[in-house]
Amino acid sequence: MQTLEPYLAEHPFLKGLEPHQLKIIVGCATNVQFDVGQYILREGEEANNFYIINFGKVTLEIFTPDRGPITIQTIGEGDVLGWSWLIPPYQWHYDARAIEPTSAIALDAKCLRAKCEEDHDLGYEFLKRFTHVITQRLEATRLQLLDVYGVH
Amino acid sequence: MKSIITEPMIPKPFRIHRKLKETHDTYTIELESTNGANGFPFSAGQFNMLYVFGVGEVPISISGDPSMPKMLKHTTRSVGIVTKAILKLRSGDVLGVRGPFGSHWPVNEAVGNDVVIVSGGIGLAPLRPVLYSFISQRDKYGKIILLYGARTPEDLLYKKELEQWRGRFDLEVKVIVDSASGNWRGNVGVVTTLIPRIQFDPLHTVSMICGPEVMMRYTLKELQNCGIKNENIFVSMERNMKCGICLCGHCQLGPKFVCKDGPVFCYDHIKELFGKREI
Repeated sequence: MQTLEPYLAEHPFLKGLEPHQLKIIVGCATNVQFDVGQYILREGEEANNFYIINFGKVTLEIFTPDRGPITIQTIGEGDVLGWSWLIPPYQWHYDARAIEPTSAIALDAKCLRAKCEEDHDLGYEFLKRFTHVITQRLEATRLQLLDVYGVH
Repeated sequence: MKSIITEPMIPKPFRIHRKLKETHDTYTIELESTNGANGFPFSAGQFNMLYVFGVGEVPISISGDPSMPKMLKHTTRSVGIVTKAILKLRSGDVLGVRGPFGSHWPVNEAVGNDVVIVSGGIGLAPLRPVLYSFISQRDKYGKIILLYGARTPEDLLYKKELEQWRGRFDLEVKVIVDSASGNWRGNVGVVTTLIPRIQFDPLHTVSMICGPEVMMRYTLKELQNCGIKNENIFVSMERNMKCGICLCGHCQLGPKFVCKDGPVFCYDHIKELFGKREI
């Protein structure tokens, strides 16, 4: 039976990890599928997983009582979904919903948090990689806030 | 003998043939010469000075097809006194046109290469002539990729054409908006986030960028991260063009004049000036 190891070893987000670190991650990984419209995360719920998207499209949404769900970003193939599992209180800050049939690798965050506590090198690697993702999202958010296409 | 200085300063009368609404504040106007002249040859990326009699003159990029010079097209957004006056004009009304002015996109220089076009907001207008040119000579180029960012789905220009281009097997078109609600099923985010999602040969790629300067700054960074060389990146700059013939100095960008040396610049030639706060 083919494991997820070869795929995860080549994924840009995980590339370069030590073999034993990769084995830990593979042990926490499962393949998951989401139908169109299916919620992957819900704001306020416990952040027990994060995801590496194989294919499909996912919207990150904030629900507002007056305007309903507002899409703040879409992510797709190769992207990483969710970093709230790393930061207390480990709760999602937004909703994520599949808007195309989506396949992803789910990583058990509770398991990984425990492993990161045991192996600080692994924890540091995760923090470095997620900081990069968070920085990209922050930069994109700042550009969105600038409203560069608006009339000024 | 006609003066080479004064002639380009005299507006030629053009009649509005049709006005097409693109978004709530943006229209495309189609213009025909009032004297039945055969056409108005231009190159993709050039601009005209449009003169609303008694109101004023503004530089607007030409957004039509260079192979169809009989009908001059300009896409303009209602933001200032003159553009608001342009959009109040009706079919049959006459305005003055001076031009075409400025440099053009490197359509011929890109032959044999992949092409990545990145546009934001109304920045798609000066790039539409490039797309027409590429499509008419499709076999001369490698991959042609259009990345287009807008504020909301309602702010997208040329929606019908975007649909047609997306339907072609030989064009890759990715559209993204800053924010969306409701039924939008496309991408949401900033246009720069699309760049890592496309595949091209960075050593043989020409990129053309047009949009707000801050958007171009971040786009440049992403393209450079992908390995595209500065000499293969072209940007369209916007400054306060007045005379169009490099006399008045209003559009000066350091030692360059945007009306004559630009608006399309090779990034390598202006990299020291790009993003400089003082200019």
